[in-house]
Amino acid sequence: MNASAILSLGQTALELGLISSLTVLALFLSYSMLNVCDLSTDGCFTLGAAVGGVVALAGHPFLSIPAAMGAGMLSGLLTAVLQTRMGVESLLAGIIVNTGLYSVNIAIMGNSSLLNLNKSPTVFSLLKGALKGTPFADQYRLIVALIAVAAVIAFLSLFLKTRLGLAIRATGNNPDMVRSSSINPVFTTTVGLVISNSFTALSGCLLAQQQKSVNVTIGSGMLTVALASLLIGGVFVGKRSIPLRAVGAVLGAFVFRLVYTIALRFDMPASMLKAVSSVIVIIAISGPYMKRQWPLFKRRMEAKRGKAGG
Amino acid sequence: MLNLINVSKTFNPGTADARRALDGLSLHVRKGDFITVIGANGAGKSTMLGAICGSFFTDEGTIELDGKDVTMLPEYRRARHIGRLFQDPMRGSAPGMSIEENLALAAGHGGWLSAVTREEKRVFRERLALLGMGLEDRVKQPVGLLSGGQRQALTLMMATMQTPKLLLLDEHTAALDPATAEKVLDLTKRIVEENSITCLMITHDMRQALELGNRTIMMDRGRILYDAQGTERETLTVNDLLERFREASGRNLANDRMLLG
Repeated sequence: MNASAILSLGQTALELGLISSLTVLALFLSYSMLNVCDLSTDGCFTLGAAVGGVVALAGHPFLSIPAAMGAGMLSGLLTAVLQTRMGVESLLAGIIVNTGLYSVNIAIMGNSSLLNLNKSPTVFSLLKGALKGTPFADQYRLIVALIAVAAVIAFLSLFLKTRLGLAIRATGNNPDMVRSSSINPVFTTTVGLVISNSFTALSGCLLAQQQKSVNVTIGSGMLTVALASLLIGGVFVGKRSIPLRAVGAVLGAFVFRLVYTIALRFDMPASMLKAVSSVIVIIAISGPYMKRQWPLFKRRMEAKRGKAGG
Repeated sequence: MLNLINVSKTFNPGTADARRALDGLSLHVRKGDFITVIGANGAGKSTMLGAICGSFFTDEGTIELDGKDVTMLPEYRRARHIGRLFQDPMRGSAPGMSIEENLALAAGHGGWLSAVTREEKRVFRERLALLGMGLEDRVKQPVGLLSGGQRQALTLMMATMQTPKLLLLDEHTAALDPATAEKVLDLTKRIVEENSITCLMITHDMRQALELGNRTIMMDRGRILYDAQGTERETLTVNDLLERFREASGRNLANDRMLLG
């Protein structure tokens, strides 16, 4: 492999990492801050891709971004209302919305499971045109992704410092405290999920336009992939300030993509992506637990051996 | 100030576990009252505080706060006027957030999208210094690193940050070691006095119940059995309280954690 091939590999990983890191940032808000595991993530990602794709196809690539984010917000609102107002278990609410979104997404794409954006203008092609002749002409995809990620990180850094942001964090951190305080947990949970789902949809919207196609399965497994990235990012930055942790989440997404891209080079089948992300999530979540249990396990083994030996 | 009129609450109605925790309870609290609440296990002390701040809706009766009917007002709306401390020091603050962030949340100045200002941060540090626990130098640290006593003192400060109309203390020093408990209690007395906050405090320490505040109520089976105030209370002893209980209920006052003297 020559240097330029490595560079191009790195760039692809960077682009895909940045775009999918928007979903990681969504989970940073819903999973890390609000302590809600939003299982509608996969469907919402596809929703963003579908809505964004349809709007771009209609000739409004810029409009596709707010449209996709708005759709994501609606989906987040539904998930939130189900779990805060209608007595549906939090995890179940996500699963239900996720399932429903499958049909919705196909309907949005005109009763098709595939949308081709090859001939349609996209936010990427717009920037490509704008950058023609400048030294950044080849980096247009990267620049779009960078702008989106920077905007979301800046928003999160500021937002989580506001009273509402603090209230959302407290809702995830100590529900007991929030329940007996003047914060309405229904409100904070709803706002948190609406915002996080708008990021997920944005992520889907950008990925679709970068790949110039939307498949109804484009979002499947996204939650696990993003969770894996989030947990990898956590290993890098640990418990530091919010902006740093957000940057860590993006870093995690990039590392995940890089490892995956390299693995593809070594002839790992592309279909292994999801299995790898599952394993990473298992290790990251269950690892610390196993570590805590290890001394107890050793003692039990020793006790058993002691007995056997008389 | 606070009026409970004929308030009843049955938990798990219609099941074998049905329990009438409040049974036609009536209580009139005047502005500036500091009431200590005593009673046996399951007398309904905590349930009464829960009813006042809206942890659940009562089955019957009316609750008025400052002339307004709050019976059906949700908990978070009442919480603007009511500060509450529980026995568990971990309940009142978010462990993963810094001292400053917890205080910013409690201060609640400005709108939802306002952030805490430098001036507010200075005030936080000033008020933290008053606690005498050195917390003013640790404002950036997560609350989870504090000891139980420090957390309870912080919770007290948070609950009284915007002077509440009513402060409800549910044995808030019971889980602390004696020295820390005393410190937190002194703080409580000082804050309540300085801001003339109306206060209800549950305690299992009978002597403390008579020493603190201006009024003592004794609860049993979801009602108020005995209400001591004014000159009558000044001469009251712990033995008198026990005697009153026997007279009124025909049983001995039994509470596995009760301190009699």
